[in-house]
Amino acid sequence: MSEALTLHFDVNGEDFTSAGQASVRFKKNMRELGVDPEIIRRASIAMYEGEINMVIHAHGGCADVEVTEEAITITLSDKGPGIPDIAKAMQEGYSTAPDNIRQLGFGAGMGLPNMKRYTDDMKIESTVGVGTTVTMRIDLPK
Amino acid sequence: MKIKEVKEYLDAELLCGDEAELEKDVYSACGSDMMSDVLAYVKDQSVLLTGLVNPQVIRTAEMMDMICLVFVRSKKPTPEMVKLAHEHGLVVLATDKRMYEACGILYSNGLTSKGVKKR
Repeated sequence: MSEALTLHFDVNGEDFTSAGQASVRFKKNMRELGVDPEIIRRASIAMYEGEINMVIHAHGGCADVEVTEEAITITLSDKGPGIPDIAKAMQEGYSTAPDNIRQLGFGAGMGLPNMKRYTDDMKIESTVGVGTTVTMRIDLPK
Repeated sequence: MKIKEVKEYLDAELLCGDEAELEKDVYSACGSDMMSDVLAYVKDQSVLLTGLVNPQVIRTAEMMDMICLVFVRSKKPTPEMVKLAHEHGLVVLATDKRMYEACGILYSNGLTSKGVKKR
């Protein structure tokens, strides 16, 4: 794998029941590449949380994945409402998800903290009224 | 513990999975209706007990590399969810027992939350 492999996934924000499909496809792609299962799990959970967030808060978006010999980089982009206070959003248990989302088993305020926990680096760029881009990197063993 | 023992202990109905899959070993389990918590606290656990019914339960289990899903409190997954579980190779069971009792039965029979998969 000398050149970077790139993957693109559109995340449909219309329907919560389909949320997670991009992450399932991503996981399958990583398995086919022969990536270590533990790393696949961490990367997939991080992407799944991010995908769910995009569906809950931003009417969907897209995910771009780059795989090199060094790392897997996942960039999640949406044109949603943006995050006014990123530090607050990073606190475990803080959530702005509506009640109907909690009834579906999400919105516990664990999404962003989980994404940080499972990745080696995470950056959030967000502008209120414009959108949010989350970039996550998972290092691959040499 | 084998999945077939999970099924027997919980007097559960098999909704997805075959004989060969019931022979698979499971080493640890967790019970939650909050998928966010499952994604936050679970490590290498192979059984998820839940009373939540929606496709995200199947996808959460798939993301966590779990192999067995138990619906408690007489909850039944939709045919679409069973189909999704089948695609991911998940065994799906359903029991009339409540979450507390179902977890207690499995725990007291040796399926704790800290089992380590033998490699």
